[in-house]
Amino acid sequence: MPAPQQPIESHILSVLVDNEPGILARVVGLFSGRGYNIESLTVAEVSDAAHLSRITVVTSGPANVIEQIKAQLGRLVPVHSVHDLTVEGPHIARELALIKVAGTGEKRVESLRIADIFRARAVDSTIESFVFELTGTPEKITAFIELMKPLGLVDVSRTGVVAISRGPRAM
Amino acid sequence: MSGKQPAPEQMSGAELVIKALVDQGVEVIFGYPGGAVLPIYDALFKQNAIRHVLVRHEQGAVHAAEGYARSTGKPGVVLVTSGPGATNAVTGLTDALLDSIPVVCLTGQVATHLVGTDAFQECDTTGITRPCTKHNYLVKNVDDLARIVHEAFYVATNGRPGPVVIDLPKDIQVAQGPYTGPTNVKHKTYRPRVEGDEAKIKEAIALMAAAERPVFYTGGGIINAGPRAAELLREFVKLTGFPITNTLMGLGGYPGTDKQFLGMLGMHGTWEANHAMHDCDVMINIGARFDDRITGRLNAFSPGSKKIHVDIDPSSHNKTVHCDINIVGDAATVLEQMIAAWKQGGHKPKQKALDRWWQQIDQWRARDCLKYKTDPRIIKPQQAIQRLYELTKDRDTFITTEVGQHQMWAAQFYKFDKPNRWMTSGGLGTMGYGLPAAIGVQLGHPGKLVVDIAGEASILMNIQELGTAAQFRLPVKVFILNNEYMGMVRQWQELLHGGRYSQSYSESLPDFVKLAEAFHCKGLRCTDPADLDAVIREMIDHDGPVVADIAVDKAENCFPMVPSGAAHNEMILPETLGGDAAEPSVSEEGMALV
Repeated sequence: MPAPQQPIESHILSVLVDNEPGILARVVGLFSGRGYNIESLTVAEVSDAAHLSRITVVTSGPANVIEQIKAQLGRLVPVHSVHDLTVEGPHIARELALIKVAGTGEKRVESLRIADIFRARAVDSTIESFVFELTGTPEKITAFIELMKPLGLVDVSRTGVVAISRGPRAM
Repeated sequence: MSGKQPAPEQMSGAELVIKALVDQGVEVIFGYPGGAVLPIYDALFKQNAIRHVLVRHEQGAVHAAEGYARSTGKPGVVLVTSGPGATNAVTGLTDALLDSIPVVCLTGQVATHLVGTDAFQECDTTGITRPCTKHNYLVKNVDDLARIVHEAFYVATNGRPGPVVIDLPKDIQVAQGPYTGPTNVKHKTYRPRVEGDEAKIKEAIALMAAAERPVFYTGGGIINAGPRAAELLREFVKLTGFPITNTLMGLGGYPGTDKQFLGMLGMHGTWEANHAMHDCDVMINIGARFDDRITGRLNAFSPGSKKIHVDIDPSSHNKTVHCDINIVGDAATVLEQMIAAWKQGGHKPKQKALDRWWQQIDQWRARDCLKYKTDPRIIKPQQAIQRLYELTKDRDTFITTEVGQHQMWAAQFYKFDKPNRWMTSGGLGTMGYGLPAAIGVQLGHPGKLVVDIAGEASILMNIQELGTAAQFRLPVKVFILNNEYMGMVRQWQELLHGGRYSQSYSESLPDFVKLAEAFHCKGLRCTDPADLDAVIREMIDHDGPVVADIAVDKAENCFPMVPSGAAHNEMILPETLGGDAAEPSVSEEGMALV
């Protein structure tokens, strides 16, 4: 019999790891092997000298599953630390997106107007298309994409969320 | 690297590996040569410090290393070649991961410049073994090799133990590199917590002192924490007067003959152990992980109890069962802290309530759930194990098993008074584990009696290792309970699938006596209960490997049994069956469970 349904929560986890071959496969394999969700995942080296990478993963699940995900990540040998930014206090979460819109006439002008409202920059332009660069919360990017749909949206590339805690303290 | 240190000694990668193994105290390795490890085999040939045991299949190498590790407390070491050598080792590695056994497995790999080209005997070993090891390494630079070997031993043996793979491309084995000793290794990230949180220990002790129906439930963590943990556990259980039950992996962690011991718990656990777990008000879990074979249906598991859980692996806490007090730490260290806190606080158990609890337990015990009927015409499997126990209990005996009914009967009827005497595949349930594991145990304990309690189906999965036993003059005894069925499959088919014995009959069995003789071992057969003792004695007394084929009752089932999907106090006993209630009722959800 399944346990009583707990609400599904979305959490941003920040994982500091040794930048060694296979580390991303270890993290991704853990999520797929144990049936956890990945809503987005970003990874890049953040300290060249110490060979450290920071993985930001947005995951969702009931509270006990989120706790289990953190414990499982923590026991991977090359993992230095796991932080749940969602519960640890105020934080900033941002995503970057490149959005291609094709069209002419009034729709083309309207897309540029809306881009201005969202502070998106046109980083590529032809007489029948724009590529907009937009940074912001995932919700803001999704809202922009929705508005672009009737105006000739043809392609979207999003980075997934990167996040950091507010205030002076390091993770 | 400071300039003051002398320049490290240079040697080939293969020599580096051997030197690192020697410095780690390795005395024996289990392996099988092949193209991608020839340089290491050459280096092995030129030295005498390490003994190499040639197995007949790489799966056997890992199980042998597991048997060695579990019985000695030292890590087991495996050496296999690339490609099929590595893939054959995968079952053993997974077994070691699930049972938390420290194993270091060296695999050969094609030369670095060939990796990724689908070269001969190439496979993505680190990719394949990533989910079935605690950690793995692909060595890309000979300068890192010595450090990686030492680190692998550290990772395999510290925290919750487990298997570690080192994948060694052939060009790295022949390249010259520097040697550094084990003392220079300090791990950057992996530093498991050993000591328990004092505040939580105080809380746990207070809960225990107020308990009216307490029970200790301990597992493989007690064995992994070393003999000291078993001694401390005994002290604590005596101090409190509480009852105790062990998991399959935890047998021997507490003396099996002691009167406070309730026997094993779980799917084939005793009536008293499972009822005590269900009805307790305080559960003290040390080094066990609430496996599904223990809990039965989760929402009915020990519903009224406060639960204390001591485990070195933080991911074991609250994984499937929510506990009230979670203590991360090593079983021996935390037990020491708990005993100190109990004594310091001047705690006494609530004796009146405890006496009532014991009276209740004695009523459950009176059910005599393991009883069976003997028959002068046929050997009962339980009887065979009981006789084996009676005839071997006065010597220091090591038991391994395969997987199935015989394994559960061995767990129920063979009593272990010391840790490290019982080697079985608990988590993965690997048929074919017992014989190679017995070989590993025997190498770690020359002169001791080592018996693999087997089934006729399981033993055929790694029967080739009889060749290893013969070659290295390892006097292991294979004690086959031969019921001509994959007994546990047959039992489930009888109870849950209307007696349709789909593919579970052991057709075309070999003549085990002749088979033993073909492998230069002694073969014995017993079909008459009257001869049982004599055959067991002959098996024990023979100075060499023996296969004893014991023909047992084909229809015997293993009880008590918690059917899948049932609560852990809903056990089937033989007398529950028969008459109208011939088939236990199993829910649809239960049918989907393993």
